[in-house]
Amino acid sequence: MSQNKYWGNFGQLSESDASKKAAKNEFGEDLLPLEEMSKGTLDTKTPRRDFLKYLGFSTAAAALAASCKTPVRKAIPYLHKPDDVTPGIANYYASTYVSGGDAVSVIVKQREGRPIKVEGNTRSSITGGGTNARTQASVLDLYDTSRLRHPLQKSGDDFKEVTSFDAFDKMVLDGINNTGGKPVVLLTSSINSPTTREVIAGFLAKYPGSRHVQYDAFGNSAMLLANEKDYGKRFIPSYHFEKAKVIVSLGADFLGTWISPVEFTVQYAKGRKVVDKKPVLSRHIHFESFMSLTGSNADDRFMHKPSETGAVALALLNKLGGNVSAPSISDAGLKKGIDLAASQLSANKGEALVVCGSNDPAIQSIVNAINEAIGANGTTIDHGVSLNYRLGIDADIVTLANDMAAGNVGALLVYDCNPVYSYTDGKKFAEAMAKVPVTVSFNGTMDETTEQCKYISSSHHWLESFGDAEPKTGYFSLIQPLINPLFKTRPFQTALLKWSAATVDDYDVFFKSYWENKLGGETNYYKALQDGIIEPAEGASFVTGSYSGAGMADAASKAGATKGGNLEIVMYEKVGVGNGAQANNPWLQELPDPVSKVTWDNYAMISPALAKTLTGLDVLGHQRDADNYEVHPEKPVIKITANNKTIELPVMILPGVHPNTIAVAIGYGRQSANADKSIERIGRSATGAGKNAYPLLSFNGVTFTRFAGVTAEKTATKYKLAQTQVHNYAEGRPVFYETNVADYKKNPKKLLSHIRQEKLNTTANGSTDFVKDATIYPTHDKPGIKWGMSIDLNACTGCAACVIACNAENNISVVGKNEVARFHDMHWMRIDRYFTGDPNNPNVVYQPMLCQHCDNAPCENVCPVAATNHSSEGLNQMAYNRCIGTRYCANNCPYKVRRFNWMDYNGSDSFKDNQRPMIGSLLNEVTEQMNDDLTRMVLNPDVTVRSRGVMEKCSFCVQRLQESKLEAKKEQDPSMVRNVQTACAQACPTQSIVFGNVNDPKSDVSKIRKDTNRSFYVLEQIHTLPNINYMAKFRNTERAIGDHEA
Amino acid sequence: MSITVEPKKIKFCWNFVIFLYYVCTRIRNFSTLARTDMSEYKKLFNKSFASLLLVLMFSFPVIAQDGEALFKANCANCHKPDADFTGPALQGWRTRVPEGDWIYNWIHSPAKMIETDKTAKEIFEKWKPTVMTPFPQLTHEEIDAIMKYVDDYAPPSAAPAGGVAAVGAPQSDNTLLYGILTLVLALVALILLQVNSNLRKLADEKEGIKRGEPVPFYKNKTYLMAGILILFGVGGYYTINAAIGLGRQKSYMPTQPIYYSHKVHAGVNQISCLYCHGGAQFGKQANIPSVNVCMNCHMAVKEYKGDPIIREDGIQVDGTKEIQKLYSYAGWNPETNSYNADKNGDGQPDGARPIEWVRIHNLPDHVYFNHSQHVVVGKQQCQTCHGNIQDMNEVYQFADLSMGWCVNCHRDTKVDFLNRETGEGNRFYSIYEKFHQDIKDKKMDSVTVGNIGGTECQKCHY
Repeated sequence: MSQNKYWGNFGQLSESDASKKAAKNEFGEDLLPLEEMSKGTLDTKTPRRDFLKYLGFSTAAAALAASCKTPVRKAIPYLHKPDDVTPGIANYYASTYVSGGDAVSVIVKQREGRPIKVEGNTRSSITGGGTNARTQASVLDLYDTSRLRHPLQKSGDDFKEVTSFDAFDKMVLDGINNTGGKPVVLLTSSINSPTTREVIAGFLAKYPGSRHVQYDAFGNSAMLLANEKDYGKRFIPSYHFEKAKVIVSLGADFLGTWISPVEFTVQYAKGRKVVDKKPVLSRHIHFESFMSLTGSNADDRFMHKPSETGAVALALLNKLGGNVSAPSISDAGLKKGIDLAASQLSANKGEALVVCGSNDPAIQSIVNAINEAIGANGTTIDHGVSLNYRLGIDADIVTLANDMAAGNVGALLVYDCNPVYSYTDGKKFAEAMAKVPVTVSFNGTMDETTEQCKYISSSHHWLESFGDAEPKTGYFSLIQPLINPLFKTRPFQTALLKWSAATVDDYDVFFKSYWENKLGGETNYYKALQDGIIEPAEGASFVTGSYSGAGMADAASKAGATKGGNLEIVMYEKVGVGNGAQANNPWLQELPDPVSKVTWDNYAMISPALAKTLTGLDVLGHQRDADNYEVHPEKPVIKITANNKTIELPVMILPGVHPNTIAVAIGYGRQSANADKSIERIGRSATGAGKNAYPLLSFNGVTFTRFAGVTAEKTATKYKLAQTQVHNYAEGRPVFYETNVADYKKNPKKLLSHIRQEKLNTTANGSTDFVKDATIYPTHDKPGIKWGMSIDLNACTGCAACVIACNAENNISVVGKNEVARFHDMHWMRIDRYFTGDPNNPNVVYQPMLCQHCDNAPCENVCPVAATNHSSEGLNQMAYNRCIGTRYCANNCPYKVRRFNWMDYNGSDSFKDNQRPMIGSLLNEVTEQMNDDLTRMVLNPDVTVRSRGVMEKCSFCVQRLQESKLEAKKEQDPSMVRNVQTACAQACPTQSIVFGNVNDPKSDVSKIRKDTNRSFYVLEQIHTLPNINYMAKFRNTERAIGDHEA
Repeated sequence: MSITVEPKKIKFCWNFVIFLYYVCTRIRNFSTLARTDMSEYKKLFNKSFASLLLVLMFSFPVIAQDGEALFKANCANCHKPDADFTGPALQGWRTRVPEGDWIYNWIHSPAKMIETDKTAKEIFEKWKPTVMTPFPQLTHEEIDAIMKYVDDYAPPSAAPAGGVAAVGAPQSDNTLLYGILTLVLALVALILLQVNSNLRKLADEKEGIKRGEPVPFYKNKTYLMAGILILFGVGGYYTINAAIGLGRQKSYMPTQPIYYSHKVHAGVNQISCLYCHGGAQFGKQANIPSVNVCMNCHMAVKEYKGDPIIREDGIQVDGTKEIQKLYSYAGWNPETNSYNADKNGDGQPDGARPIEWVRIHNLPDHVYFNHSQHVVVGKQQCQTCHGNIQDMNEVYQFADLSMGWCVNCHRDTKVDFLNRETGEGNRFYSIYEKFHQDIKDKKMDSVTVGNIGGTECQKCHY
């Protein structure tokens, strides 16, 4: 039986020799780059004798210095121990992750007063306990070494400390009062906090003529404007993907970055999960210009140029009976897609939903008309509850920039936004700021905008502050501090209260009295803080909204008339770094992008066809070209010119990108105006990571346009991209199983039949016991607990929240770009992305891959010192202090999940110049950032920090398993270990990862594994007996999927 | 023959030096930071948001109506039966307080009684500022049992003998004797060998056999080789033992900032270990008590009046002076019976600072040890690992805390396995179906920690 071919890159597709060779050389162990050494070292006389002398002296000295004296260690107890802190025991508090309008209800784990891990709050009906990568990573931002530590005042080119906030307030107020009546402008990100809105209202009342501008770097301005016209209200209604049987997305990356990705992922998974073995799935049809996370999950996916979004929307509306004329579409595939979408939508009226990521109000109006036509309003769209994540209108910031340039602004107060970086013409914005007499920043770090301000009053991190958010109307999420402020910072709201001379001038007091009034008393307030959320009762029926269609009047003509070019560029947000606000977060920078698997950079994402014309590399046609491109991390650089601005970026050739499109991520290229100070001000991680693509956005008079016609040419230079999935892949082995729903319904047994047959073939004659009789090794009992995990490939969207959760839980080292490029990345959990099918528009599958904890593990047999061995609970144990670093285990692991500490990633400050060896590659700045005493506060004290020379890998979060067993033994209740959650399972918004005791038939894992038609173990036919089972993937499409193709 | 080696006396043979270098760098790397001690973060929650945070409530369950146990668990921290302590001596209480329910009410809610009752007010006036702790969880029967124990109490006739030296005292050591004997025998053997060789030489001469000049024994290659081998063996033995002992510090007894005598507190005054080291019930750290815990009693106990405390070097310790040191750390003024004012505004009395105890028991950073696992689940006594702490003036490390020591105990110790017939034992173990069957089939009679995986790597190393 033929197996579907899954490939990770073009070299694997063509199965070229160089690619195979590279696969063998798993860790890229080249010889030491001796040519980098200075000549002197090699040419010196008598190096041998000197070498022996130095060796003798240094070993003797080291032995003397390190061995002879017992160090005196102190144990210092509290002076007064707080009642609620028991050293060694974690406390958990509800709070809310907030950043630029995003809000996710979370539970924060605190150890000895330090927040160390963020989990989703299961009480929240919005996220249901789900999180995303950015939420998981935000705890590291608290310990960011580039955070501002006290109030500052501009002094020449630099800043000097202001001794007290009183002195600071006086300076600023003197300034504001002397602006000669010019208005004060408050420039913030989208504010959905009710208390902050009230504080701002009070401030604006105190300064007549002043105004509040909300600015989103990558917002939803077009939707707000279109809805204002069509529904008479400037808002975004709430979407319910779980109610839709057909989902059509026009470039909306709703699983990755669009509006409220965690919420939508949770809803989407509800419609995609197989319940009671019945494959009833929603159908997802996706139109886009490049490969996004959401597009890669779609059942059917069609490509168009970025400028054609309007045409596609119009054609769809036309097919659904709308009274519009659609411009002609020449692409046959796209035409077919529109027909398919239209037929599916009209067949499922009232159970369908169309969403669109365009920032053009005309197109959004057309989408409104489509949703009206298919009866989405009131069924899959609720107009009664609005989404308040992005409230900014693009035109406001342009007006503000012009006002400032004209000298019409008296004071500018900036909070939680960074327009000098993210505005289309940041330089002009900075120059305009210089004309404002008083500029104050409340941002947490010395970012591009803050360094242009005269006064800086840094605000708390959300983990240090009180606060609230109303991400959906009526759904509140509260913030409570987890730690005393680390630095001399102050809430932004307190400053506003003080400056507006309010009677209550402390935000914490204001916050408490606001909610006590609203909730009726202190008891209710504390209860709400403890829960973290305040939500209306469920069951309210959806509001249909009154559609007027006013926006359609000129939308049809505008949307159809959009001009592009032969070659177009489109800007997008990445799942990890997003709009750039968290760009200095090493975890997010090192997170491989779900689709491209590139870390630490942005790039020009182009199709193989465009690569051929642009760079001369024919990766599909020529094996040698594929090798040249794939095997070396150095990629050709192209120069892109759009709107008279140029940007030079390395190319990343990906299938599934429209041949006339270049896609570039925003959020990279953070840099101080004074380049020498970038590392100090912007941060060690953000500096040097990628190029800034915001300047390529353009203002069209209403909104920012996110695409443009461009010219591009190849340059002579090359640039190194650190990509993870050029190594550790499956090498053509059958690791993934998928099918389409119709085939499965016909014969469910067929899907995994070939595994079954192979297992039967390898079992000794006459026996059906594959576990015992297909091996020469003895089997071992698991008398009490046997831990097991199940991963549902059908529900997994590849969002990578689990990867960051694992980072935070298990003290995973950040290694930096150079080391990733040498395949030395340390992630215990990776998400393998495979392409299959048509190389121009392939299907994409995601497979979370971590230690499989094989009961007959190939790694255990080969360890010469028994540092890795098996536990009676089915864990593949790794004893770091026993490991001597032979790496036999990694070599023998068929899943390539073992990680070796090639360098001293965690002890870089223990010796001077420890990370600056004379030869070999240098570690990036980020390892120093991660080893700062401040950053180290994020470490989980229950997990050993590994040092150089030892192997490590997923432990199934053994610290959590041990803790759960201890609690169960104390309570004498074995059911407490039934469904333990590992960090990845807990973070997963789709609950596709389930963990527990498989010896217990009542556990969730045991129940899931009963579906034997779908449940398989990766490479189980080689008798590794893994403890992780995967559930095969479904695609709800008529296209042939799975083993139909040779 | 027992051999003890101090790490300082290491012979530097080459192999060992290289090996040691490797070990040293490895140890250094491991210990850099993994489990940071609490001092670093202490500052961060001195001003914690106590009022907002959830308070975990724990109660101390009382299992039996055992007067002595109840007394020790609840009362002994402040009261002695026969002498005044933090609170009054309890014997003769019947003559001092009204009959009937008074004693129950008093124990259940002293604060309420002080407001309303005359006798209670008098007691409070006499002992203030210390206030009796309420024990609302004690039932009348339990209180009766405690008071009966108090009434019946008679002081033990003889004080326990011995000080620190009691444990690990040197046993009679015959090493020297054996050594001399070996030397003498070796000398005799050497002389006999020489005699033998001379006699053979004479015999040879007599028989006319010619032999070369005899080789002196110090040039004899056999002797030399034997000598080298013996040196290598003995040297290697010492070297390896020393290497294994690196970082181990059994019997470590550092000088502490305050001469705190466990013998006085846990031995003579019988304060429960968990009163100060309460963390042992809940989590991995047993915790050294914070200064406010010390002050619970020492607000009232101002001087040391017990038997003289003699240090190891024979010098007598002035207990009262040590209590004065505590006051200095706590920022307490014994003259005025109050804490110093907080003039510098740091939220603590002026002069107050935490005590920097020297840590005695150190496990390497790559070892996870949980006190509650052993104390609550395993029901181990503190003394099992810490020695007879109630007899130690200054604490020293009793066990060598090596992995072999841990593993040996895990191999032998039986878990509180559920007995399906009687229902006794920990119900958690009901899931070990195989062992239940084996016990039923008489294949095994008990389940040890090792049986349930207690000797596997990742029980302690992760």
